[in-house]
Amino acid sequence: MTLDRSEKALDAESAGQWRRLCSIDELVPGAGVTAWCRGEQIALFLLLAGSERNVYALANGDPFSGANVIGRGIVGDIAAQPVVASPLYKQHFRLADGRCIESPEIALRTWPVRLRDGWVEIDMDS
Amino acid sequence: MNQDKNLSVPVDRRPSLIVIGNGMVGHHCVERLIELGAHHHHAISVFGEERHPAYDRVHLSEYFSGRDAASLALGEAGLYADHGVVLHLGEKVEKIDRTTREVVTLRGRYRFDRLVLATGSYPFVPAIPGSEGDARLVYRTLDDLDMIRAAAANARRGVVVGGGLLGLEAANALKRLGLEAHVVEFAPRLMPVQLDAEGGAALAARIEALGVGVHLSKATEAIVAGENGHRYRMRFADGTALDTDLVVFSAGIRPQDGLARDCGLEIAARGGVVVNDHCASSDPAIYAIGECASWRDRVFGLVAPGYRMARLVAERLAGQPSELFTGADMSTKLKLLGVDVGSIGDAHGASPGARSYRFVDERSASYRRLVVSEDGKRVLGAVLVGDNSFYDTLLQYVANAIAAPLAPEALILPAGEGAPALGIDALPDSATICSCHNVSKGTIRAAVDQGCLDLASLKRETRASTGCGGCSALLKQAFEAELAARGMAVDASLCEHFSHTRQALFDLVRLEGIEDFDTLMRRHGNGGLGCDICKPAVASILASNWNRPILDPALAPLQDTNDAFMANMQKDGTYSVVPRIAGGEITPDKLIVLGEVAKKYDLYTKITGGQRIDMFGAELHQLPSIWAELIAAGFETGHAYGKSTRTVKSCVGSSWCRYGVQDSVAMALRLEHRYKGLRSPHKLKFAVSGCTRECAEAQSKDIGVIATERGWNLYVCGNGGMRPRHAELFATDLDDETLVRYIDRLLMFYVRTADRLQRTSVWRENLDGGLDYLKSVVIDDCLGVCAELERQMALVVERYECEWANALSDPEKLKRFRTFVNQTQGDPGLRYVRERGQRRPARADEIPSVVSEESA
Ligand code: SRM
Ligand SMILES: Cc1cc2nc3c(=O)[nH]c(=O)nc-3n(C[C@H](O)[C@H](O)[C@H](O)COP(=O)(O)OP(=O)(O)OC[C@H]3O[C@@H](n4cnc5c(N)ncnc54)[C@H](O)[C@@H]3O)c2cc1C
Ligand code: SF4
Ligand code: FES
Repeated sequence: MTLDRSEKALDAESAGQWRRLCSIDELVPGAGVTAWCRGEQIALFLLLAGSERNVYALANGDPFSGANVIGRGIVGDIAAQPVVASPLYKQHFRLADGRCIESPEIALRTWPVRLRDGWVEIDMDS
Repeated sequence: MNQDKNLSVPVDRRPSLIVIGNGMVGHHCVERLIELGAHHHHAISVFGEERHPAYDRVHLSEYFSGRDAASLALGEAGLYADHGVVLHLGEKVEKIDRTTREVVTLRGRYRFDRLVLATGSYPFVPAIPGSEGDARLVYRTLDDLDMIRAAAANARRGVVVGGGLLGLEAANALKRLGLEAHVVEFAPRLMPVQLDAEGGAALAARIEALGVGVHLSKATEAIVAGENGHRYRMRFADGTALDTDLVVFSAGIRPQDGLARDCGLEIAARGGVVVNDHCASSDPAIYAIGECASWRDRVFGLVAPGYRMARLVAERLAGQPSELFTGADMSTKLKLLGVDVGSIGDAHGASPGARSYRFVDERSASYRRLVVSEDGKRVLGAVLVGDNSFYDTLLQYVANAIAAPLAPEALILPAGEGAPALGIDALPDSATICSCHNVSKGTIRAAVDQGCLDLASLKRETRASTGCGGCSALLKQAFEAELAARGMAVDASLCEHFSHTRQALFDLVRLEGIEDFDTLMRRHGNGGLGCDICKPAVASILASNWNRPILDPALAPLQDTNDAFMANMQKDGTYSVVPRIAGGEITPDKLIVLGEVAKKYDLYTKITGGQRIDMFGAELHQLPSIWAELIAAGFETGHAYGKSTRTVKSCVGSSWCRYGVQDSVAMALRLEHRYKGLRSPHKLKFAVSGCTRECAEAQSKDIGVIATERGWNLYVCGNGGMRPRHAELFATDLDDETLVRYIDRLLMFYVRTADRLQRTSVWRENLDGGLDYLKSVVIDDCLGVCAELERQMALVVERYECEWANALSDPEKLKRFRTFVNQTQGDPGLRYVRERGQRRPARADEIPSVVSEESA
């Protein structure tokens, strides 16, 4: 899932399985929110870098606590890799691929995201 | 178990070494013997009359301010056993039999080849008719202090006989126990041994100002039944009398030399086992060290000379080259009842031709005397009352024979007059930094060379500053100078994003008026997004400085898990709701509202350990409506989620309780409403008790306040939790305004200087100069920052606003309180079971049954 996450690049992708989750205004820069889609809980993070807006979608379930809380974690970076810290026991997950820094054998599911017409869309089936 | 008759019991053929006395010096000797490996060649046994293994007698008084026997214990537990040293505690040696070479106790006879006497001294109690029971207490051992505590329980007034160093310390202890304290001294001045007449007068003035009665030139003739509701009456030779409920004698100590006397060892004219420069007694197989030994007719009542004797005897016994005992410096520095007293070298100017400079400030009752040699080139001694900041420098001049400045009087003039500070660089390598453990500047340099790059390991390695602690400031200076000389600095970066300490960031934020994270990162950070360490730390710093609503858009993403949604996240991702119940006081109507809200949202309800009510199990999207209902009923946020003021616990105090002497509830309310919303490096807990019975447990809080007849006693830097620490008495009998002023200053000073997530207790323990320094900052304003600290607190207080009320009035902020941005439902993954009439999260093993129940 190595996507160039700039808005332009996302826009350029084809609209296959893409599903609208919410308006882009619902996202909070530098933090996360949670969306619901077909029985899945999806944590969405928005990072601003200059004029670029990078959005990430990860599973909201925290494998360490079993609680659905990832969307409420603090966003930051470790060695220049964007991460979210689980709010319960503070493990860090890379936003790019969901990999857990402390326990690399564990990774959160991630989905491709794009911003289109003011909407946040993800590819549920990928 | 083994039946084999041929197996004989192995006979220990090692020479037997017995140490009598497991006090400070005896223990130090054993430690040193083990260090030198002497336990491999000797069978070592130690006899101690006390029940407790060796403890830190120098800090004995801390037993009354929170430390227990275990925390006063010296050395690592198990040290003796691990090295085969046999410790006989509670076993007094009754007799030494020099013909059979045995020591005799009530339990048996033990052979020795070498014997070390470390029996210390005992308090001298003059024979006074009627002096018995609680009118004959002493101050030397833990058991003595237990007896004083028991006697104080039903007492109002206590008298200490003896106005020397220990007597004043005992008076301080009585005061701490809540008694009205008096000191009765035979001589015409206090601390006659250390101070001259003027110094004694300055000290007496200071001490009387603190409410301790000072009675000089009084000889107690008899103790009779008391009057005016007191148990005893002391009758003095001059016809006057003093009523009291207990009497502690501190009229000097006498060497514990009975054993030696009885077995015919030579005893000095004024008591003490006569020893030579090797600390051997008149029997070369028997040594005497510490306070029981007399060297050239002198007995040393301090721990440092005792330690030196212990080390050299251990070296001799271990067959190592050992130094000779050459006497010791009796300089002392202490804080008695909050008053600095210091005496260095030839304090009385007894050396031939000695001249003195004197500085007297009658307003603050400070006094300093500097004794110099006839030619003015050497500093010989000094007396200090009221300000010990001169001590370290003067001691170095005396101890290291450093040439005095051309105008020596500058050494005792008030700061600002240009008293030449003696930098650590001026000291020779041979200069002693720590006299308790005889650590020189050169030893410290060597230890740093060998890799001691932090203070803790340096202390462990050299033992410097682990005795009386008087050298800690100097040690730190020496250590830092060594680091600097190597071009090293201690890495105190907050995280990978900021190469600054929290304290430095705090100052930058304040000085540059920075109000957001991005500006701080741009100006002082290493770039990047930040992380879950620096973001909450900066959020807290910004809040302490500017106290803006924490969910303002620029601040919200910085907040820690619980602050971010102004509620405490529970294990299943739901939240608890804790409204403020200041002081634990609540009206029935408000109680009913809490019940109604909890019922409506089916929240598990519990009384917390902080005297308030916690309601658990609210989902994110429910928080705003729950809070709307609570705020409508007059509640406000309790900041249970914040590193901020939590609770001010109170007892009911004088409004109802028959013993209350002040209105503790009113004071708790005042404090809680003043400091609520103050964000700090870690959480802050307070308590106010209405009398010394201390039902609010104030001595376990960051800020503890206990009512006295005359006002409030302030205790600071206590902690419950994982590593409990009793709060320390900071100031006594304060009026309301002074109390608040001191708390303002202390808290703001903490907020400014502590590390992230450092409770006041840990901060205080790491504070150079300790409690005394803290007092000088907060009470004496030695840094000149108090006005600013107060201003800053005033700003925080003024900007207080209930965060929940603020969020409820702002639709943008409320948007964050949704479980899902695209659904109104809650988290379908939550599972509960009911227990004792309420719900709680289901355990993993309970979930299948819950699911089948639901699907059934
Ligand atoms: C609710 C409560 C237990 C209860 O049911 O009584 C509680 C609950 C928690 N405590 Fe506590 N503590 C509670 C009183 C205490 C007390 C007693 C007191 O305040 O008088 C102490 C010891 C006193 C002290 O702090 O000095 C206490 C010492 C701790 C500590 C250890 C702190 C320390 O310095 O060692 C932690 C851990 C921490 O803060 O790092 C902690 C942390 C916590 C946390 C925040 C753990 C967590 O991260 O989830 C708990 C969540 C609170 C929540 O969800 O509301 N709690 N906790 C009490 C809330 C009091 C209140 O009204 O605000
Ligand atoms: C309250 C207080 C404050 C002090 N403050 C300071 C200070 O600030 N600075 C400083 O340098 N010094 C201070 N001192 C003095 C310091 O504590 C002593 O110098 C030091 O403890 C002497 O050690 P020691 O081993 O010689 O005697 P102790 O520590 O008294 O130990 C002697 C031990 O031998 C035991 N013993 C005696 N006879 C027998 C026997 N027959 N059989 C078995 N055991 C026996 C005793 O029970 C005792 O435990 C203070 C003392 C007190 C009481
Ligand atoms: S003691 Fe532990 S389990 Fe109990 S409330 Fe405090 S933190 Fe939670
Ligand atoms: S001088 Fe006593 S610990 Fe260093």
